[in-house]
Amino acid sequence: MSNTNGQAIRAFFNKMKSFREATILLTIIIFSVIISFLAPNFLTVDNLKTTAIGMSADGIIAIGMTVALVSGGFDLSVGSILGVSSVIAGVAYLAGVDIWIGCLISVAICLLFGLFDGLLIGKVGINPFIITLGMMQMARGVAYVVTTGSPQSLASVPEAFSFLGQKDVLGLPFIVLIFIVLAVAGDILMRKSSPFRKVFYIGSNQKAAKLSGINVSKTKIGVYMLTAFLASISGLLTLSRFGVATPTAGQGTEMRVISAAVIGGASLSGGQGTILGAVLGTVLLNLINNALVLLKVSVYWQQLISGLILILAVTIDHISHLNKKSLKTKKSIFTSSNAVINNK
Amino acid sequence: MKDDFVLTAENVTKTFPGTKALSDVKIEVKTGEVHALVGENGAGKSTLMNIISGVFSPDNGSIVFKGKPVRFANPNEALMAGIGFVHQELSLCPDISVAENIYMGRYEKGPLGIIKKKKLFADTQEILKMFKTGIKPEEKVGDLNIAEQQIVEIAKSLSLKCKLLILDEPTSSLSDSETEILFEIIRKLRSDGISVLYISHRMAEIFDVCDRVTVLRDGYYINTFNVSDVTPKQVVENMVGRELNDFYPQKSQERGETILEVKDFCQKDVFENINFSLRRGEILGFSGLIGSGRTEVARAVCGIDHFDSGEIIYRENCVSFKNYAEAIRQGICYLTEDRKQQGLFLNLSVKDNVNVTIIDKISKRLMIASKKEAENVKEYVKKLNIKVSDVAQQINSLSGGNQQKTMIAKWLSIDPRVIFMDEPTRGIDVGAKAEIHNMLRTLANAGIGIVIISSELPEIIGMCDRVLVMHEGRITGEVQGDEMTEKNIILMASGQ
Repeated sequence: MSNTNGQAIRAFFNKMKSFREATILLTIIIFSVIISFLAPNFLTVDNLKTTAIGMSADGIIAIGMTVALVSGGFDLSVGSILGVSSVIAGVAYLAGVDIWIGCLISVAICLLFGLFDGLLIGKVGINPFIITLGMMQMARGVAYVVTTGSPQSLASVPEAFSFLGQKDVLGLPFIVLIFIVLAVAGDILMRKSSPFRKVFYIGSNQKAAKLSGINVSKTKIGVYMLTAFLASISGLLTLSRFGVATPTAGQGTEMRVISAAVIGGASLSGGQGTILGAVLGTVLLNLINNALVLLKVSVYWQQLISGLILILAVTIDHISHLNKKSLKTKKSIFTSSNAVINNK
Repeated sequence: MKDDFVLTAENVTKTFPGTKALSDVKIEVKTGEVHALVGENGAGKSTLMNIISGVFSPDNGSIVFKGKPVRFANPNEALMAGIGFVHQELSLCPDISVAENIYMGRYEKGPLGIIKKKKLFADTQEILKMFKTGIKPEEKVGDLNIAEQQIVEIAKSLSLKCKLLILDEPTSSLSDSETEILFEIIRKLRSDGISVLYISHRMAEIFDVCDRVTVLRDGYYINTFNVSDVTPKQVVENMVGRELNDFYPQKSQERGETILEVKDFCQKDVFENINFSLRRGEILGFSGLIGSGRTEVARAVCGIDHFDSGEIIYRENCVSFKNYAEAIRQGICYLTEDRKQQGLFLNLSVKDNVNVTIIDKISKRLMIASKKEAENVKEYVKKLNIKVSDVAQQINSLSGGNQQKTMIAKWLSIDPRVIFMDEPTRGIDVGAKAEIHNMLRTLANAGIGIVIISSELPEIIGMCDRVLVMHEGRITGEVQGDEMTEKNIILMASGQ
């Protein structure tokens, strides 16, 4: 027993020592310190609470996006799934369906969307960019159709439901609690569970994964159902928080979430990435947004700055990898891996 | 006399973070000579060649080319000065024509910058004539086979009037007849006064076409011999630094019961009428030219690819694998010939690479048991003598031989009863080769049925108890005992 405890402690420190994650944490700390001087209301409970709630919706989706990135793909439809999930539950409720049943229906439909993506990407083998881009349009379209384009207000929704998005548990907003629970569970599963380990293998070298006996299509289907599921949960929490079924909810989420995951260490080529990193990336991006708001910087600047941070983070990371692997890089100038297949 | 040597490199030293790749190495290549450079993986051959051809600059040392001291800042300078380099992994652009590849960057242009295509093709045809080949200048390089692509690479260097042509493992993807053509080309170059620096592991070839051989070991210069004054065994001993007793382990005398039988196996347009059996404790060889269908048969038997008709009888039961995972569960597996692209997860750790095949086996309720992970990799690092300081390190930091051993470890982890090994010792040095050969024989003696697919005849003859020869999708012969000679196998492999 004590051996596994010792192992767990060592594993925790290994986690913290991980270069990328430690860097982001450090950046967050330094940044927070600086901002707390520039904007006195930064370190207030109210502000931190609001920021935390704001980042949780993105954060839950970032968990799924990290898995998709590790598998060598990504899911551009998450923002639309958030929106459609939110409106299906909302509209069902307004049509007389029990809110909880409405939520179940919503999750089920989103899982179907995920299954659809997963089948086309995993079994048929189409590029995830195209499929999830198409789904992004489709799901958003469904959201508009169902609400006929206008936001629907959920008056007198049962308190048990609005509790989810608006109330606190143990001092923390419930949304934030769910985010933390999902993030911790996700991180552990990514590091230690067999189905998620297979995602790493597939992202690292899909051919080799197949030739090692891994069921690539089954795993990929699972990945895209997971991203859809988490986006749908985020949508329901958003519905609960605002009490309005908005067909435009979630627009732009996919870009923010991919940025957060990549800042956190996930690679677009797959085989690499952690939930912890994605969470830290989400925190950083949201803190920066919060700072801009507190410093009364125009809202329009936020997107520009988010984009700039993403580019900076990825460039710095790329350069630091170049230094470590200068041996390999120099050799590879002259030998290109081309598409010539050895006819055997 | 200096004029005798087209290239002299002396006191070449190069250090990379963590390793000293070359220490005071020298090499001298005469004009109009075919000079072999040999050494195990890690000996420094690639580094030396990269320095000579301008990819890196040395920390120390002098290089004199065509009588003048040179220091190249990049590969292009070396190329323009007259040093051509044909890499093991060819660096051609598959989507454009042969002519455009050869004259890349040097197209003659007319007004408005339009390339003079007619002249381009005519010039290319001139060069290709030297090679007695049917390659047309307009053909897309991607449509050519490997041997033809290699000719294009050589033609490219020759079009630049190179005086020294460096060939890195040129025959690793060539059949025997294509290799002969390459040797003819090399001999012609030699008589034209062009020197060839030939990097290879294959003693037979070196003793066939080279004049002198330089040996490196662990980054040091060991010796240079005239090929006529030395035996292959002596060269290998210099490479490895110890006396070698036997190249191949002793073959088995006993065979067990039949563990695998394949009947009338057929995959449309790929292979047909494949019949063979494999006994426990036996090493069966599949020989044949590149393209004869050996890999396809192995993959189909293992359930990776489908097959159209035929029967597989495994452990006395007729089986049909739904997918590869099922075959693996039953104990049949296939080790790919292309470890970098299809066998290894280069950015993952050694541990992850070894355990990939048993992930489900070492998991309880979907959680991986890290203790079992560690135990499994520890067992095989020890058994296979894999040189690694920390199993958590990335696998691409290991040498080729150790990477291959890791790939073998991942298959041994499933406790297989039948293993199809496709080119098990491709691209690895003599020392690791011998280790793997010994290991394969030990596995066979323990009752595992092993099929070795190999293009290296010495390996097939040295390792296998029986050899099946394939030609264009059919089995053309089976040999064992005294009949297992290179001549017989080559005849069968070419269709006789």
